[in-house]
Amino acid sequence: MMKNIKIKGLLAAAVAFTAITNGSFAATEEGLKTPERNEYTSTGIFGKFDHASIQRGLQVYVEVCSACHSLNLVAFRTLEDVGYSEDEVKAIALEYEYPELDEDGEETFRTGIPADYFPAPFANDNQAKASNNGALPPDFSTIVKAREHLSFLPWHSVYGEDYIVALMTGYEDEVPADAPEGFVLAQGTYYNHYFSGNAIAMAAPLSDDMVEYADGTPATVHQMAYDVANFLAWASDPTMQERKELGLRVMLFMIVFVILLYFTNKRVWAKVKKGEDIDPSKL
Amino acid sequence: MASEHKFDPTNPTLKWVEDRLPLMGLIYNAIGAGFSAPRNLNYWWNFGVLAGFMLVVQIVTGIVLVMHYVPDVNLAFDSVQHIRRDVNYGWLMQAIHANGASMFFIVVYIHILRGFYFGSYKSPREVLWFLGIIIYLLMMATGFMGYVLPWGQMSFWGATVITNFFSAFDFIPFIGDGLVEWLWGGFAVDQPTLNRFFSLHYLLPFVLVGVVILHIWALHIPGSTNPLGIDANGPYDKVPFHPYYTAKDAFGLGVFVIFFAAFVFYIPDFLGHPDNYIKADRLKTPAHIVPEWYYLPFYAILRAIPDKLLGIVAMFASILIMFAMPWLDGSRIRSMRFRPLSKIFFWIFVINGLFLGYLGSISPDEILWFGFEAIVYAQISTLYYFAYFCVIMPVVSRMETTLPVPTSIAASVLEANRKG
Repeated sequence: MMKNIKIKGLLAAAVAFTAITNGSFAATEEGLKTPERNEYTSTGIFGKFDHASIQRGLQVYVEVCSACHSLNLVAFRTLEDVGYSEDEVKAIALEYEYPELDEDGEETFRTGIPADYFPAPFANDNQAKASNNGALPPDFSTIVKAREHLSFLPWHSVYGEDYIVALMTGYEDEVPADAPEGFVLAQGTYYNHYFSGNAIAMAAPLSDDMVEYADGTPATVHQMAYDVANFLAWASDPTMQERKELGLRVMLFMIVFVILLYFTNKRVWAKVKKGEDIDPSKL
Repeated sequence: MASEHKFDPTNPTLKWVEDRLPLMGLIYNAIGAGFSAPRNLNYWWNFGVLAGFMLVVQIVTGIVLVMHYVPDVNLAFDSVQHIRRDVNYGWLMQAIHANGASMFFIVVYIHILRGFYFGSYKSPREVLWFLGIIIYLLMMATGFMGYVLPWGQMSFWGATVITNFFSAFDFIPFIGDGLVEWLWGGFAVDQPTLNRFFSLHYLLPFVLVGVVILHIWALHIPGSTNPLGIDANGPYDKVPFHPYYTAKDAFGLGVFVIFFAAFVFYIPDFLGHPDNYIKADRLKTPAHIVPEWYYLPFYAILRAIPDKLLGIVAMFASILIMFAMPWLDGSRIRSMRFRPLSKIFFWIFVINGLFLGYLGSISPDEILWFGFEAIVYAQISTLYYFAYFCVIMPVVSRMETTLPVPTSIAASVLEANRKG
């Protein structure tokens, strides 16, 4: 009887599983491509941050993206987590200026310190929109998590890093043949295979050799997109590595502990399970 | 709380205390050797303990999170990020609390369906069942308000949609018109809404603790049901809760913690919505507003009915109807093990519920199988949902041919052993 229940329960779960997996992202827009899966050192249960790539990505962010996109929640001090020394972090912070009041109460400027956060390129949303043809460049602090659509089936999932790489490399100079029927590109927008609605207000931001990497890595559009995706993934989820490392220890402990609990339980129940304590004549 | 063993400490100090405040005896008789439970409980009986565990986990992590969270529309989102980035092990607390809500609902849904299957709502456990439904309703309210607190896009728009339900009651004289504004504390979801949701989200878990104590109290009067559904009255039908069920529950809890930890450490955002990583923006409506997964079946029922007011009524009725179950089910046998027809309808009900959940997650005008819109399937599913309670349960329970029921739990244990 128990088996019967279990089998039916599993069947019910399987039905729900397929229903949900097929449904969640079945509503694909016409003309919209699904980002390809790239390889990252951060995936899997042993995932680690790729410091070299994240540092290159920081360079791309600082030299290109930060002209329009803020990174409000990331402090310079946290860059020590991705391989920068204390002095290097100080040097990065020194590049920026912050308003301050002097002793006379007059407005003045000071240079940045590691405790500061990346300054926003615009004073407010209205100014940002005015400078960008009416479109608001989103803040990048949590962008990778905000673009991540996870499904029950891993191959149906869209990861935030992949979306960024795809978006950066998904531009077309002209409306392509596989665009939705009757597609007309609005004034001030650009065609992109991966952006919802296919028309994005941001012009292709990257071009080959736009930055010069200190480690000599060729700065192709794809490479820069990959690096900045790695950097932003770290910015969105800076405790990923710590989380997975602790997780592994918790899991190993729990598995051993549960095995012990299993045998404890078995031992406790041994006699009662068999009914050895029951006197049939008294039933 | 009747029990065979009385707590009788030999240590004179303990005895002195116990004579003045019998607290240790209370615990001994509640979850110790002083309380006995049927000897044949299977792992489906583990989920009540798991639910209790989750309530404690949510309260403990919640209290820590409140030490760092700021209930201000301009700061709430950033303060949650601050917890995840800067607070020591804040990422762990936040992940446990956010995933813990889902885990709580998973174990409670299994716990409720265990009750359906084994007839736990039947006499003499009706009040125990009512208290369980009240716990579930309180959980729904608490979970909803908790989801609003991070003040992401889905928090804000979910709150807007769900509080707007109450505008369906605008026909009620005097209070109807202002009901939604009263809930919001203004003319839109805003600072006053966030503040009151925060206050209530902190209060309700403690109300839950109170109702859970009543729930356990009511459980201890007749004792647990069991897979056979017969009363455990014989001399060998029960075993002391400790060590038998403490050992068994500890093992079950260990397995559950592994399942829970897999989410917390490896896929902490799987059960959430990516839009909640975007700060709430009242000028920008998300393409699809969906509630948390645990409300989806009821959301599907709501949307299945074209009339707003009737939809709301149906949604509330779909839960409140459980109060009538002790009388809708007329069978003299509790367990569905001996009710073959009821069992089939029960499993259809479970699958139907999961299907409703799926329908709640997609747009109602999406085209599904055979070219019908999702809403058509939702209407059929909703019909089955209510028919299960209003037609199938009363009729089948009174008419079906049941299988022979064992005379006692102990006898069935010996019988099973003889068969090997």
